Amino acid sequence: MPAKKPTKTSGIKDLVIRVCVGTGGLAAGSQEVIDEFGRQLKSYGIKADILKKCVNKTGCRGFCAKDVLVDVILNGKSETYQLITPENVARIVEEHILKGEPVKEWLVGPEYHAFHDKQTKILLKECGHIDPEDINAYINIGGYEAVRKIFPLETFEVIEEVRASGLRGRGGAGFLTGLKWDLCSKAEGKPKYIICNADEGDPGAFMDRSVIEGNPHSVIEGMIIGGYAIGANYGYVYIRAEYPLAIHRLKIAIADARKKGFIGKNILKSGFDFDIKIKEGAGAFICGEETALIASIEGKRGMPKAKPPFPAYKGLWGKPTVINNVETLANLPSIITKGAKWFASIGTEKSKGTKVFALTGKIKNTGLIEVPMGISLKEIIYDIGGGCERNRKFKAVQTGGPSGGCIPASHIDMPVDYESLMGAGSMMGSGGMVVMDDTTCMVDMAKFFLTFTQNESCGKCTPCRIGTKRMLEILTRITEGKGKEGDIELLLELGNDIKLSSLCGLGMSAPNPVLSTIKFFRDEYEAHIKEGVCPATVCKALRRYTVSAELCKMCGKCFKACPSAAVTWEKKQPAVIDKTKCIKCGACYEACPFSAIL
Amino acid sequence: MSDRKLKVIINGIETLCDRDDTILKVAKKIGVKIPHLCNDKRLEPYGGCRLCIVKVKGVPRPLSACTTPVAENMEVTTDTDEIIRIRKTLVELLLSNHPNDCMRCERTGDCKLQNLSYEYGVDGSRFEGERWNLPIREDNPFITYEPNKCILCGRCVRICNEVVMAGTIDLVGRGFNSMPDTAFRKPRTLDNCEFCGQCVSTCPTGALTDRKARGKGRIYDLKKVKTTCSYCGTGCNFFLNVRNGRVVKVTSDTSAPVNQGNLCVKGRYGYDFIDHPDRIKTPLIKKNGKFVEATWDEALGLIADKFSSLMKKHGNESVGAFSSSRCTNEENFLLSKFVRTVFRSNNVDNCARV
Repeated sequence: MPAKKPTKTSGIKDLVIRVCVGTGGLAAGSQEVIDEFGRQLKSYGIKADILKKCVNKTGCRGFCAKDVLVDVILNGKSETYQLITPENVARIVEEHILKGEPVKEWLVGPEYHAFHDKQTKILLKECGHIDPEDINAYINIGGYEAVRKIFPLETFEVIEEVRASGLRGRGGAGFLTGLKWDLCSKAEGKPKYIICNADEGDPGAFMDRSVIEGNPHSVIEGMIIGGYAIGANYGYVYIRAEYPLAIHRLKIAIADARKKGFIGKNILKSGFDFDIKIKEGAGAFICGEETALIASIEGKRGMPKAKPPFPAYKGLWGKPTVINNVETLANLPSIITKGAKWFASIGTEKSKGTKVFALTGKIKNTGLIEVPMGISLKEIIYDIGGGCERNRKFKAVQTGGPSGGCIPASHIDMPVDYESLMGAGSMMGSGGMVVMDDTTCMVDMAKFFLTFTQNESCGKCTPCRIGTKRMLEILTRITEGKGKEGDIELLLELGNDIKLSSLCGLGMSAPNPVLSTIKFFRDEYEAHIKEGVCPATVCKALRRYTVSAELCKMCGKCFKACPSAAVTWEKKQPAVIDKTKCIKCGACYEACPFSAIL
Repeated sequence: MSDRKLKVIINGIETLCDRDDTILKVAKKIGVKIPHLCNDKRLEPYGGCRLCIVKVKGVPRPLSACTTPVAENMEVTTDTDEIIRIRKTLVELLLSNHPNDCMRCERTGDCKLQNLSYEYGVDGSRFEGERWNLPIREDNPFITYEPNKCILCGRCVRICNEVVMAGTIDLVGRGFNSMPDTAFRKPRTLDNCEFCGQCVSTCPTGALTDRKARGKGRIYDLKKVKTTCSYCGTGCNFFLNVRNGRVVKVTSDTSAPVNQGNLCVKGRYGYDFIDHPDRIKTPLIKKNGKFVEATWDEALGLIADKFSSLMKKHGNESVGAFSSSRCTNEENFLLSKFVRTVFRSNNVDNCARV
C-alpha cells in the first residue's frame, strides 16, 4: 500500500460504517467492501478501538437492486451510499470520513427513499441495523422482553392475545395463528412440538431467509412464545440446506440464547423448559408442506399425508404439533410487547399487520419489502418498485409463487390482503411477487411455473403426478406452435379436476398459474393456437424473424450476432433476414436493443 | 375418549360406527362400493390414488374416503356427478402412462386398473404425451418388475416397510419420474431382499408378478385350492393355483385368520418340490445297505413288527413318538392318541416345543 500523508483524524468522534451482508449484499461483493474499509481506515491510522466498531455486519435491508449499500454514520449523521465497490472505498474515506464531505454522486437517490417511504417495517425493522450474530444487539433493542412478559401469564392468555391480534399464517394459507395454537393446546397427547417452517422454496422468494439472516433472535423468541402457549418443550427449525448463512447465524443465535438462559431448562426461573433443534432439509419444495415436512423430520421420504387428521392433533411422531412460518413467528415478539391492539390497528379488517414480499421480475427496484396489509398493488409496483424496467408497460404480477396466480394490470388498484388475492384466483402464499411487463408471454410464464411444480411433485397422488405432466405437455405444445383446437378447454377441465382431487396443497394449487392466465389472458393462448403468433415474441418457435422497418434503428447489432449469416445489413440501412439461412436461434432477437425483430 | 358409537349417513343410509373408523371402512361394512387402488387392509391408509374421493357435506372439496376419519352426523355422498367425473379423469390419467397391453398381460382379468377402465368406460386417449418406456426387470428368480405398468399406489413399498419391515424398496425420484425401486436401483439379491413376494401379493396391476408363474396361466385358467402351509408351525393359509393338475403359483388368502394374506419366501415360492423328479413318492426300506422302494403296507407292517418286538422285550416305556409342527393339529392329535392307546406310553412330543 502506498504511503499516505498523516491526516488529521481528530474530527472523528464517533464513526460507524454499516455494510449490507445479506445474501444479496454478499453476492454483490460486500465482503470485499468491508475488507477495503478495514485496510483504508488502518492506513489512515484511525485508532484501532474505533476501527473495531467501524465495520458492523448487518442483515438485509431489502434494496438488493442497489447493493452494495453502505451507511456511513459520522458523529451521529448518517449518509447512505449505493452500488459501492471496493474501488469506491478510498474516496469515501478520504472525502467523507476525513474531510466531512460526502461523495454526492454515490449517495442514494430519491428512489431509495421512495422504496422505503411506503413501507411499514415491523419484521424487517432491525434487519440491516443490528448485528445478527450478537445477541446483545438484539437485547439492547428490547429483544427477549416478550419472553419475560409471557411467563407471568397463563398459557390461554398468551393464545388469546395472539388471537386478538388477528395474526394469520404467513406461509400460504393464512390460517389464524391463535386458533391453530388453541386447537393444539387443547389436543390430547404429550409431548407437543412447535416447528418453525423455514423451507422457503418458491422461486424468487427470500423473505424468510432475510429475516433469519438479519434478525434470527426474533424467530427464536417467537418459537419460545409459541412453545409456552401450546405447552411444547421442544421446537424444530426445518430449514433448507441451501441457506448456509441463515443456518450459520441461527446456530450462533440458538447457542447464545442458550448461554443467556432464554432457552434450556427452567427459562428465567419460570419453570418452563424449551429447547430448539435445527433440521436441515435436503432441497425438496414439497417439504414446505407441513405433513411432508413432518415426514422429513421423522427421517422418511418427504411426502404429504391427507388431512384430516391435522398436525395440531396428530403431527410429529404422531403428537400434537404446531407448524408456523418464519415470518409468523417473527411477528410474535412485537405482538406481545406492543399488544394485540397495536398489531390489529395495522392492515385491513381480516388481514392484520404487515407482509413481507420479495419483489422480483421485470421491475426497477427489486428487493425485499414490508408493507401494511391492504396496500394497493399500484403502490407496491409504482411507488415502491418504481415501475417496470426500461419504463415498459406493466402487464401482470404473479403472487404466491408457483402456487399462486397472475393478477392483470386491470386489477392494479386491488388491495393486497388474503381475501382479495384469493378472490382474484391467486393467493398470498409466502410472499413472492414476480412482476411482468409486455415482453412477458403469459403462456410461457405459466409453463415456467408448472415445470417447477411438476418437477417438485412428490409423485404420491395421481392428479399431481400425471395431471400436471399432461398440462405441461399441452402448454409446451402451445408454445411450440403445435397447439390444437380444444387445448384451452382441456387445460381448464384438467386443471379444475387436479385442484379438486389432489392430496396436498402443492397439487391443489399447481394449476393456478395456468387457470389464472387463461382467465385474464385467454387471447394470448388463442393467438398461439389459432394464429401461430406469440404476441410477446417470447416463444422461439413462433417468432417470425422479420425486421420491422419502422422500429429498426439500423444499428447492425443483429448482423453481428447472427451465427448463420442470415442477416444482411449495411450502414444506414435496415437489416433484412434471409429465412432460408435463418436457424431460429434467437441471437438477433436477443441482440436487438429496440425490439425491432418480430 | 368414550366408546360411544357415531352416527354417519352414507348415500342416505344411516349407520352407527366406531370413532376410529374411516369413511371407506364404514361404507364397506354397509355395502356401499367405493373404488380404490392404493388401499390394502394390511396397510395404513395412504390416500395416494385419490379414486376413493367422496363428497362430505359442508366440506368444499372432495375428501379421500380411505384416510378421512368419520365424525358425528357426517353426511357422505360417494357418487355425485363431480366425483364420477374426477374419477374418470384419474383413471384416464393412469391409463395415459400405461402400456395398455392387456391382451398379453399376466394380470388380465385380475387387474384393478383394467376393471376401473371397464367400469368407467374410459381409456387414456384424451391425454397424449410421454409414456414410460422402461425395460422389464428380471434380475432375480422370483419377482418380475414391469415399471411401465406401475401406477404408484405405493402398496409394494408400504408392505415392504410397514409389514415385512425389510426396507427393500421405496419410492425414488420425483414428479412424473417417481417409481418404486431398490436403493441405488440395484438388483434384488439376498443382500437387500427377503423374496417374501409380499410386494407381488399387494400389487393391483401387472407391475409386479411372480416370475416362476409367468406365461403359465391367468386367473381364469387357474383353480384355487385353499391349503395350510406345510413349512412351519405358524399355519399360514394360502391358495395353491393349479392348472392341469400342477401347482403354478401361490396366492394370498387375505381372509386367512393367522396370516391375513402375508407369507414368507418358503410359503410363497417354496412349492417346487411338489412336482420335482427327485421327490420320494413311496416308502423306502433299506435292504442290504440300499434303500428300495416299497408299498405302504410293507412299510407299515415292518414298523409294526419292530415296535411290537421292542415293546415285548423292553416294555412299553422303551418306545415313543416325536411329531412335527409341519403336520396339522389333527395329525398331531392322532399321533398322540396312537402313542397313548396303542403303545400305552407317554413318550410323545412335538418339535414346536423345542
